[in-house]
Amino acid sequence: MNKTVNQKAWFFVIPVFVLVAFNAIIPLMTVVNYAFQETFGNNVFMWEGTRWFKQIMLSERFHASLGRQFLFTFIILFIQIPLGIAIALTMPKEGIGVPVCLVLMSMPLLIPWNVVGAMWNIFALPDIGFLGHSLNALGFDYNFTQQIGDAWFTTILMDVWHWTSLVVLLSYAGLRSIQPAYYQAAEIDGASRWAIFTKIELPKMKKVLTIAILLRFMDSFMIYTEPFVLTGGGPGNATAFLSIDLVKMALGQFDLGPAAAMSLIYFFIVLLVCWVFYTLMMRNEEKS
Amino acid sequence: MSLELKNVEKKIGLDTHIYPTNLKLEKNTINILLGSTLAGKTTLMQIMAGLDKPTSGEIWFNNENVTGMKVQKRNVSMVYQQFINYPNFTVYDNIASPLKITGVSSDETKQRVGKVAELLKLSGMLNKKPNELSGGQQQRTALARALVKDSDLILLDEPLANLDFKLREELREELPKLFENRDCIVVYATTEPSEALLLGGNTATLQEGKIIQYGKTLDTYNKPNSLVSAQVFSDPPMNIAKIKKSGDQCSFLQNDIQWKTKLNIKDGEYKVGIRPHNITTYKEGNNTLEIKGKVLISEISGSESLIHFTNGNLSWVSLSNGVFQKNVGDEMNLYMNTDEFVYFDQNERLVSNG
Repeated sequence: MNKTVNQKAWFFVIPVFVLVAFNAIIPLMTVVNYAFQETFGNNVFMWEGTRWFKQIMLSERFHASLGRQFLFTFIILFIQIPLGIAIALTMPKEGIGVPVCLVLMSMPLLIPWNVVGAMWNIFALPDIGFLGHSLNALGFDYNFTQQIGDAWFTTILMDVWHWTSLVVLLSYAGLRSIQPAYYQAAEIDGASRWAIFTKIELPKMKKVLTIAILLRFMDSFMIYTEPFVLTGGGPGNATAFLSIDLVKMALGQFDLGPAAAMSLIYFFIVLLVCWVFYTLMMRNEEKS
Repeated sequence: MSLELKNVEKKIGLDTHIYPTNLKLEKNTINILLGSTLAGKTTLMQIMAGLDKPTSGEIWFNNENVTGMKVQKRNVSMVYQQFINYPNFTVYDNIASPLKITGVSSDETKQRVGKVAELLKLSGMLNKKPNELSGGQQQRTALARALVKDSDLILLDEPLANLDFKLREELREELPKLFENRDCIVVYATTEPSEALLLGGNTATLQEGKIIQYGKTLDTYNKPNSLVSAQVFSDPPMNIAKIKKSGDQCSFLQNDIQWKTKLNIKDGEYKVGIRPHNITTYKEGNNTLEIKGKVLISEISGSESLIHFTNGNLSWVSLSNGVFQKNVGDEMNLYMNTDEFVYFDQNERLVSNG
């Protein structure tokens, strides 16, 4: 059979290439460009090789914000995943309660991130905020703008409020996909509630939970807007997570080279953790 | 040992799912609940098991009232249409799970699981997990879990419905053997008349939440007490026509075909039911009464041919052995066996058959 050559199909593909180039490749390459050079403005660049990378990798400031970032992410995962599953388990399975719960659960997810930060900032203010004022009235010495522990407490509480719903909705979807016959079979066996949870519900929810953990890891690891509006990274640098620190370096100090190197390292850490996590989960999947 | 439903009724809201039902199932029997989807088979089984409570009425087991008793306290096992196994247990642990909960010693568990696994041809895959198995093997595992327990009551809710044709045939043939020599009552729900005939035992025909007829499977098939029961127990559906009888002469109202009958019933109008396999495309045995037909649809199913045809106002189905290719609109002769006609009165109750 003779193959006819027709290159017109490229016209369908080119728009995608152009779009991806503009929104992903070109910005990324700009960052790569900055990461290996020194600039003093006016488009004057000098080659620096891997100097910025070495500097960032050895910088105590970077280690500190990376440490804060991991601590924050682990704490919120540790709270949100079990809490989300627990809430999903108690949600009604039929009747008018289902749409009511689903809508209520979706509410925090629909609020813009900077609004969440602003809301919690006002809510937690020690003098006029409902939360801050109440805590102080109850005798707690609470001031998130000055005390490190309070700042962390408030940031974590805000994130739990904002994002637990996502875990709830995903877990709920996973739970609803379990056929009633499974519960009946377990009932016939005389299995306990705990056994039903660990032997049926958890294994059946495994896939959605993998997605929930991945999403929550990535989102929380890249968190910026909410703590920026709430605490601005303070007091001091106590809640300056990676992205806040990065913006400070890039736009506050105008250290474009080190900031670019840091954002590349940041990017690879996210990529690496997601890849490791995903491969581990999928390897288990193949085994079982 | 017996299971008895006394006036059991199930309503959900204003809907009646099961109309007051009386049924007595005896020890060592297979009892088939035959009916289409939504006939109430599953609801009835769940009431029998104690998974669901009847709105009114009582369930008696071994002369003990077990109405409302929790399913865990009854010695029941159930197999579903879906393949229900613990997803992260091995086949062995799945089969052993009912024994573990009741505290059977590990030696005995090993022995009993081994025995059941052999019976269900699962011996080679005891270390695999359910999602590594084929659908047929998953359902075998579920069956093994039901059998390992020595239940008093084994309920099977369309266990073969989700299997492909070959696996279904294979497992269907093994099923009667599995229940032999077991000291228990087996209840088996199905939508397929052929499955009921293959399993034997007793059959209850169900429609819209009512048990229409209950008795020995062959009796229920051969002597349907009503047109509804006959229709439930006939696949493809039974052909029905109005007839007139005077003396020993019978004739269809819609055409002038006549035949003689030895039936000892009053003259008058009746309805007659003819099973599709009693109309064939060739003269054979007692299939002698000729009817002209115009082919509506012709389909081949396995080694049988289904021909839907019309004759005047009648629209019937015939089922013949062998493979025939007919074109739509073809005129042809078909042959009926008058000995197998089933006669119903105007109220659709059985008058006589044959």
